[in-house]
Amino acid sequence: MTSATLLRRITDYAARADPYPLYAELRRTPVARQEDGVYAVSTYWEIAGLLHDPRLSSDPRNRVPTAGEEDILEEEQGLPPSFLRLDPPEHDRLRRLATRPFGPPDSLRRVSDMRGDLARMVSGLIDGLRDREQADIVEDFAYPFPVMVICNLLGVPHEDEGRFHVWAEAIVAGLDPGEEGEGPAERLRAAQRARMELGRYLAGLIEDRRRAPGGDMLSALAAGHGDRERMSPLELVVTAVLLLIAGHETTVNLITNGMLTLLRHPDALRRLREEPGLAVPLVEELLRYEPPVQLLPQRTALADIDVGGVTIPRGAPVWLVLASGNRDPRRFPDPDRFDPGRTGNEHLGFGGGIHYCFGAPLARLEAQVALTELARRLVEPRLVEDPPPYRRNPVLRGPRHLPVAFDGCVP
Amino acid sequence: MPAADGSAEEFRRRGHAVVVGASLAGLRAAETLREEGFAGTLTMIGDEPHEPYDRPPLSKQVLLGRTGAGDTLLPRRRALEARWLLGTAATGLDLAGRRVRLAGGEEVRYDRLLIATGTRARPWIKETEATLDGVLTLRTAGEAARLARRLDARPRRVLVIGAGFTGSEIASACRERGIDVTVAERGPAPLVGALGGVVGAVAAELHRAHGVDLRCGITVTALEGDQAGRLRCAHLSDGTVLEADVAVVALGAVRNTEWLAGSGLAAGPRGIACDAGCRAFDVHGIVTDDVFVAGDVARSPHPLFGYQFLSLEHWGNAVAQAEVAAHNMVSPGPERRPHLWLPAFWSAQFGVNIKSVGVPPMGRELAVVQGSLTERRFAAVYGHQGRVIAAVTFDHGRWLPFYGRLIESAAPFPPDFAQVDRAPGGPRPIPAEFPDPALPTHGPTVTLSGYAPSERRVTFVPARV
Repeated sequence: MTSATLLRRITDYAARADPYPLYAELRRTPVARQEDGVYAVSTYWEIAGLLHDPRLSSDPRNRVPTAGEEDILEEEQGLPPSFLRLDPPEHDRLRRLATRPFGPPDSLRRVSDMRGDLARMVSGLIDGLRDREQADIVEDFAYPFPVMVICNLLGVPHEDEGRFHVWAEAIVAGLDPGEEGEGPAERLRAAQRARMELGRYLAGLIEDRRRAPGGDMLSALAAGHGDRERMSPLELVVTAVLLLIAGHETTVNLITNGMLTLLRHPDALRRLREEPGLAVPLVEELLRYEPPVQLLPQRTALADIDVGGVTIPRGAPVWLVLASGNRDPRRFPDPDRFDPGRTGNEHLGFGGGIHYCFGAPLARLEAQVALTELARRLVEPRLVEDPPPYRRNPVLRGPRHLPVAFDGCVP
Repeated sequence: MPAADGSAEEFRRRGHAVVVGASLAGLRAAETLREEGFAGTLTMIGDEPHEPYDRPPLSKQVLLGRTGAGDTLLPRRRALEARWLLGTAATGLDLAGRRVRLAGGEEVRYDRLLIATGTRARPWIKETEATLDGVLTLRTAGEAARLARRLDARPRRVLVIGAGFTGSEIASACRERGIDVTVAERGPAPLVGALGGVVGAVAAELHRAHGVDLRCGITVTALEGDQAGRLRCAHLSDGTVLEADVAVVALGAVRNTEWLAGSGLAAGPRGIACDAGCRAFDVHGIVTDDVFVAGDVARSPHPLFGYQFLSLEHWGNAVAQAEVAAHNMVSPGPERRPHLWLPAFWSAQFGVNIKSVGVPPMGRELAVVQGSLTERRFAAVYGHQGRVIAAVTFDHGRWLPFYGRLIESAAPFPPDFAQVDRAPGGPRPIPAEFPDPALPTHGPTVTLSGYAPSERRVTFVPARV
C-alpha cells in the first residue's frame, strides 16, 4: 500500500466513522509525500513544530496550484480571505481587532460572563426533550445550542438561521478536499458563492448595527475602538463571515463527538455526573481524542523545510493531521484510551501558533456546560446506532445525526 | 532513624528529605518527590510566613488592584504530607552531620537536602535612606501589599530606581493607574542588561509613549526625608532634585546564600554552583551527592551555552530545575537526568507581551526576523559565533518555540530563509549593544592553600557586600 492511496483512504467517506487506524498507519512515515505533491505530517512533535514555523504560510496565494485547481484559483473573485487564511502582518492586525470585543486584554470577561446565558440555553433545550424517549443529539441539541450562542454574541437575529444555515453548509463543504473522480472545483465555486451571499447578508446587519449599536460583537467591531486602527468595511464583513461559520460549525461536532464518546464510555459518563468539575479535563481529552477539526489542509512551505528526516520543498502544500498527532504514542501514553482525567494534555485539538482557535475559550465553555448537563439530566441514555451516520466532511468531522434513547429527563 | 546508606531505593522508601525554601521551586520539587514515589518524611522550611505563592502577579495584577497580594497562592499539584516550618529561616548547614540549623536553634536532620532559597530584592545601598517611610522594594507578597497600598493612596509621584523588568512593570502599573512616575536608569535604556541597547531603545519608546518620565544614564545619589522620616525627594546624578512620595528600589536581586557561609558548599553572592544534575558543588569543586539545588539560587552549567554556569531568575527554570532535582534525589545514578531547560522568560508591560528564549546577553549581534522595531511588534534573534543563541519577541510570542528550536539546533546566524512577515531584503544583523560586562560584580574569591597534594584545599572567601 503506498502512502498516496493512504491519504485518499482517510478522506474517503468509508473511513469517516473511524479514521484512527489509518492515522496510525500514516504515522509510520511522519512526513509523507503523497503522489499529488501534498506532504502529510502526522506525528505530534513534527506538527507542533510546524504550527510555530514562520516558513509555513496559511495564505492560499502562496500555493503552487495542483493540476485542476488553477482555473479555480484564478476565478477566485469573491470575498478576500479572512485572517484564517492570511499571514502576518495582515493576519495579526485583523485578529487583534477581532479580539478586542471578545477577549483579553480589552474584553477580559466576555466569555466567562456568558456562562449564565449558556446554562439557560442548555436547560431550555433539554427541557424540550422531557416528554420524549429518543432524540437526535445533533438536531435537537448540538446544532441549535452553538447557533444560539454565536447569534447572541455577534448580534445576528436567530430567526435568520434558516437562511445562513444553507450558506454555512456550502462554505464548509468547500473545505472538503474531496474524493477521486469528484468535482472539488464545483464545490469550491459553490462555497465562494455562498460566502458572497452570507457576506452580503452580514453587511446589511453591520450597517444596522452601525446606526443603532447594541452590546454585541458586530456593533463593537463596526464602531471601532476610538481612533486606534480599525477594520475596513470589507474586512469587517469577511471577519463576520469567518466568526459566524467557525462559531457554529465546529462546536456542533465537539458536543456531538463528546456525547458519542461518553455513551461509548459509561464510566466516564457516570464520573461526570458525580463530579461536574471533571468537565474541564474531560473536554480537553475530547479535543485530543475526537477533535472536531481533524486536519489543516491549507498550509504552504515558503522555503525548504527539514522536518522528520524529510525536506518539504518550497512551494509544496502541507497537511497537518492534528487528529493523528493527538494519538501519537511518542507524546501521549496509551493514546487510544479515552481518559477524562488525563494530565499534561497539550493536545492539538485547537491547532497552535498564531492561528490557534480564536473561539477556543468559548468552545470549551460551551462543551463543558452542554456535556455536564446532558450527563446529569438524561436518564439512562444509550446509543441507538453505533457508529452513527457521519457528515461527509473529513476536515470538520462529526456525526450527521446522533440518535439517543433515554428514560426521560430529571429536572 | 533509618539508615541512610546512600541507596536511592532506601531513601525513596524511608529517607528524610528536607527542602529549604518554600516558594515555587521548593513546592514543585516536593510535589515531584511524592509524585515519584518518595514515601519518607518531608520537611519544608521557609522564612516567609506564607504558603508557597506565585510572584509574577505581584508586579502586575496586584499593583493594578485586580488581585490581592495574599491571593496568589500557587495551585497544588497533589497532597504533600509534609511537615511545614514556615516563618522559620534556615541559618546554617552542617554538611558532615547532615543537619540544617534553624533560626530558633532547632536542627533538622536530612538524608537528602534540596536548597531552593531563591533571592530577595537588592536593598537601597544607604541603610539610613532605605528606612525612610516611602522607600520600598518589591519581591515578596508583603512588599507587594505595601507598594499596592501606597499606590492606592494616590502618591503625587513615584520614583522607580532601575529599569529592569521589575522596575519597568512597576512603572507600567503606575501609568495604568494614572500615577505620575519617574524612572531612573543607570544604563542607556530600560532592559539593556537583559536584551541589549537595540531592544532597550524600543522599551524606552514604550515608557515614553505611556507617559513615563524616563531618565537614562542617571543614578540616584541620595534619598532625602523630611523631619518625620518620610521620603521627600531624590537627588539625581545630574544635579536634579526630584520630589517623590514613593521610591521603589528595583536594582535586581540578591541571592539568599548567606546562611551557607562557612558550610563548605560553593555558595556565594552569585548563587550555589551545582552540576547539570542539580547536585551542589562543595568549595573544592567536588560534587556532593546528598545536597541538591534548584531555582533562582542555583548556578548550573548548560551544554548549549559553552557549559557556562548560568544563574537564571526565571519562573520556568525554577519549575523545570525543581523537577529534575527531585527526580535525581530519588533516582539511582543511571536514571538521573540533566537539567537542559532552554532559558525562557516573559514580561507584561505597557500593554506589550515580551518573551525571550536562550541567553540574549551572549549575543553580539541582533537581527529582526519578523515584524518591525518601529511598530514595537517583532521577533528578533541574537547571534553568537555564527549561530542563533537567543530570541526576543514583542507581541509575537506564538513564534517563540520555532526560535527555541533554532537555538537548540545551533542554526546559523543570521537566519536565511523565506518566511512570513519577513523584512524586505531579509534580516540585517546589527550590533545588539549590550553594556560592557566589566561592570561592578559581586563575585566571590577563592584561594588555594597547602603544599602536599593531600593538603591542597580551596578556600572560599565570601565577597564583601
